Amino acid sequence: MTKLKIQSLHKRESELANAKRQLEILSNGIFLNGGLPKFEAKIAETNQFPLKPNKLEIFQVNVGYMCNQVCSHCHVDAGPDRTEIMTIETMQQCLDVIKKTEAHTLDLTGGAPEMNPNFRWFVEEATKVGIKDFIVRSNLTIIRANKKYHDLPEFFKKHNVHVVSSMPHWTRGKTDRQRGDGVFDKSIKALQELNAIGYGMPNSNLKLDLVFNPTGAFLPGDQMSLEKEFKKALKEDYGIQFHNLFAITNLPISRFLDYLIASENYEDYMYSLVEAYNPSAVTNVMCTNTISVSWDGWLYDCDFNQMLGLKVASKVKHIKDYNEELLQNRNIITSQHCYGCTAGAGSSCQGSVI
Amino acid sequence: MSKTYYDPADLRKFGNITEWSEELGIKFFEYYNKVFEEGALTAREKSLIALAVSHVVKCPYCIDAYTKDGLQRGLTKEEMMEAVHAGAAIESGATLVHAVQMMNKVNKLDG
Repeated sequence: MTKLKIQSLHKRESELANAKRQLEILSNGIFLNGGLPKFEAKIAETNQFPLKPNKLEIFQVNVGYMCNQVCSHCHVDAGPDRTEIMTIETMQQCLDVIKKTEAHTLDLTGGAPEMNPNFRWFVEEATKVGIKDFIVRSNLTIIRANKKYHDLPEFFKKHNVHVVSSMPHWTRGKTDRQRGDGVFDKSIKALQELNAIGYGMPNSNLKLDLVFNPTGAFLPGDQMSLEKEFKKALKEDYGIQFHNLFAITNLPISRFLDYLIASENYEDYMYSLVEAYNPSAVTNVMCTNTISVSWDGWLYDCDFNQMLGLKVASKVKHIKDYNEELLQNRNIITSQHCYGCTAGAGSSCQGSVI
Repeated sequence: MSKTYYDPADLRKFGNITEWSEELGIKFFEYYNKVFEEGALTAREKSLIALAVSHVVKCPYCIDAYTKDGLQRGLTKEEMMEAVHAGAAIESGATLVHAVQMMNKVNKLDG
């Protein structure tokens, strides 16, 4: 990848900070002159348009875009300069929904969710609801970023939080190139701390999963093979253990789109995604079992649509008006970025879908 | 008509060879895909072999394809470069081992 930028697209006032501009790019060029079919037309070939939700399983809450890292591929455009943070009032509205939703998984994401000043309160309150699988997407380095975060592993353990963390490679060079200098060493230290209290150990109920995102303009390989390589290397080199590896395709939006265009890889990447299109993956794509809530309470089909400003196509658009039955009748909004979730074995926040 | 012999976009059209000879094309791709499945060798090991051979046969399409394939499998640039050196060593060795023939001939004619 190109040299890591240290500011978000927003801070740099890049035109790609504008979601509309991103959607324009994704709908023009090779998708306009007939070179590649639009996603809508592609799924229509197998009578899967319009895409409809299946049973709701995952309630994903983005508690803010602030992050201690500025990763080169970040679809959120997160960073220390992002100030969008979920308020305690919106968190309370989320809790009210969590109490009555049929979703079995609560998935907290960001930015670095731990940087939201009310993060711990939210976790404590959400735990009381008794959700089956409670995920926090932790970038690992936050645990080492400041003294006030050092006890996070114990906090996670106390609340039986399922920790899901990004690790693009088992080598320092590749990891730091995507996520920033020093990220690999801090992540290793954090993983060792999590292991030390039982996270990720064989037969442990304290779940620790890793997320693999490719470090450049290529798709992820087979999830199981990558998991084998990760487990072998991290165990041999650092004594680290974890449960599952989720291989996630980088979607061509936000900072990854910026990188693709700047490195002149955009067209080839889109061809790769379309060539790898797999209609079987469409059936289980994550927007069919997920609702994504933004820091300010708006509802989206997925975290990617959230970043593109594509609110759900439903009368209910905000958490304060939440009505699961109405929401489940919506059509899912798609655009060309959706090819990222239907390539090969498919891609979701839980990794491959088939 | 392109004015160069190689166009990177042609790699995407590889599958089209089946159009002018369906039976052979299909058989080739079946064989090709089978070869790269996990077997006694892992798919990762086969990818490295393919990358080395791509360089030896100097196929730009293959180099593009197996560099990308290697990255997808998490191969590091060090692993990929070592594989290319292994191919290069065999290729240069194949040249140099013929020097024995030259030596034999010199010894016979002028020894």
